[in-house]
Amino acid sequence: MRTKQLFLVAIALLVSPALLFAAGTISGKVTYTGTPAKQKTIDMSKEPTCAKQHTTPVTTETVVTGPNNVLENVVVYISAGAPDESSAPAQAVTFTQKGCQYIPHVLAMRTGQELKVVNDDQTSHNIHPLAKVNREWNKSQPPGTPPLSEKFDKEEFISVKCNVHPWMHGYFAVLKTSHYSISGDNGGFSLPNLPPGKYTVTAWQEDYGTQTQDVTITGNETKTVDFTFKAKPY
Amino acid sequence: MNEVSKRLFVSVALIVSIRMPLMAQEAHVGNLTGHAANGKKLYRRYCIGCHGPLGDGNGENAPWIDPKPRDFTAATFKCRSTPTGTLPTDQDLYNSVGRGFYNSNMPHWDALTDQNRIDLVAFIKTFSPRWTTEKPGDPITIPPEPAVTMQSITHGAELFQKMECWKCHGQQGRGDGPSAPTLTDSKDQPIRPYNFAAGGDDSRFKCGVTNQDVYRIFMTGLDGTPMPSFADVIQPNDAWDLVHFLRTLQTTRHSKENEVLKAAGGKIPVKAPDAGSDNKGSGGGQ
Repeated sequence: MRTKQLFLVAIALLVSPALLFAAGTISGKVTYTGTPAKQKTIDMSKEPTCAKQHTTPVTTETVVTGPNNVLENVVVYISAGAPDESSAPAQAVTFTQKGCQYIPHVLAMRTGQELKVVNDDQTSHNIHPLAKVNREWNKSQPPGTPPLSEKFDKEEFISVKCNVHPWMHGYFAVLKTSHYSISGDNGGFSLPNLPPGKYTVTAWQEDYGTQTQDVTITGNETKTVDFTFKAKPY
Repeated sequence: MNEVSKRLFVSVALIVSIRMPLMAQEAHVGNLTGHAANGKKLYRRYCIGCHGPLGDGNGENAPWIDPKPRDFTAATFKCRSTPTGTLPTDQDLYNSVGRGFYNSNMPHWDALTDQNRIDLVAFIKTFSPRWTTEKPGDPITIPPEPAVTMQSITHGAELFQKMECWKCHGQQGRGDGPSAPTLTDSKDQPIRPYNFAAGGDDSRFKCGVTNQDVYRIFMTGLDGTPMPSFADVIQPNDAWDLVHFLRTLQTTRHSKENEVLKAAGGKIPVKAPDAGSDNKGSGGGQ
């Protein structure tokens, strides 16, 4: 009897990690159809310390594309179905102002996660997130001052600008989930570590809006989900 | 109860239960207690024309007004004693109603009684749910003002360069800096930086007239506008020096600062810019 119980426990121990770690991945590519609007060239001549950091012309980054119609800077995330993750990651995400540009242009973070804003330039910037759901704030950051530390409590895509340098524009994607990915220069994204379940995947592009698709993960598998946005000509 | 009257009952009960707590909103300043229910009547008489029935700044006069009336549903306010991104105190709102906004269509409402004004503040707080879910920020501390000296004014002038105030306000503070023409508020409406040189003895800032008000304006910033908060990057003593310098930009106003400057020959000594000093990155002025 005793041996049988032990045997069952041993079996359970061997099997459970496999069940626990049975995790699927949703990955894919973001592309566009049509012709995207031509990005505007930025004239930084009023800010020589920034202008001299760029050897090639700098353009706006509202729509960033790559070869084979791929679309960059698209936030792809699990908008429904992901287990509730109550605590935000301890490590901060960093938003850098360099050469009078925002790096990265779109920064994703968890609700409540620490956001560090760094000024690498020899000029003053003001960081002005135009939040509607969260609180709007506006802080000056002269050169050489320490990074700002902030956080946002509610899910929102927040447009960020610098009023001193009107061409500087970016986005904070504040999400309730840690399952997010931003499409890179090949348009690809990957959402790993998803336990079996039904998920809604949302793709957000700052100019083209959002798209959603439902995906079911049954076990250790990789599901491919592609998103195609219709480009706006202007 | 038939179906129709049942539905009616439920909707009335719903409306009452939703509106009641809002109408119970209060505001407190000193010994005064404002009640939203009383403020509502005053609002409909005095404020609705510009700020609108929904408090969103879309009253029937709004299309003809520039700058636009405040949208109370956003609960973003320019004049606060509290840090950027936080709600103002009741006192801040009460002061704004009484003072009005210079360079805008908002008059000073000192013709109303103190009780009327505090009732209005209580009612304004019913337009956004933030007032029930958030508390106002803690007002910033303003240390006593040091004496006005040439040293203080000179250091303030250096800070004006270092903090790049001139990028928007211009080297003479006339609101004509290189970034000035591009500025917009948070609703994408064009907005002008403050012109210090205009107004003579009557010159006023949007959020007050005293040196303490000037200190508070740049430390807390004017939320909803391009004017950021400098509370994290300017030390209190430095802030007073900047206040003293800003007063000298008001060239046609009688002030202690202008007297001290005149007695010293009317010119602020310009520190030679050396690498890595206070003047870092301030080149390319007008």
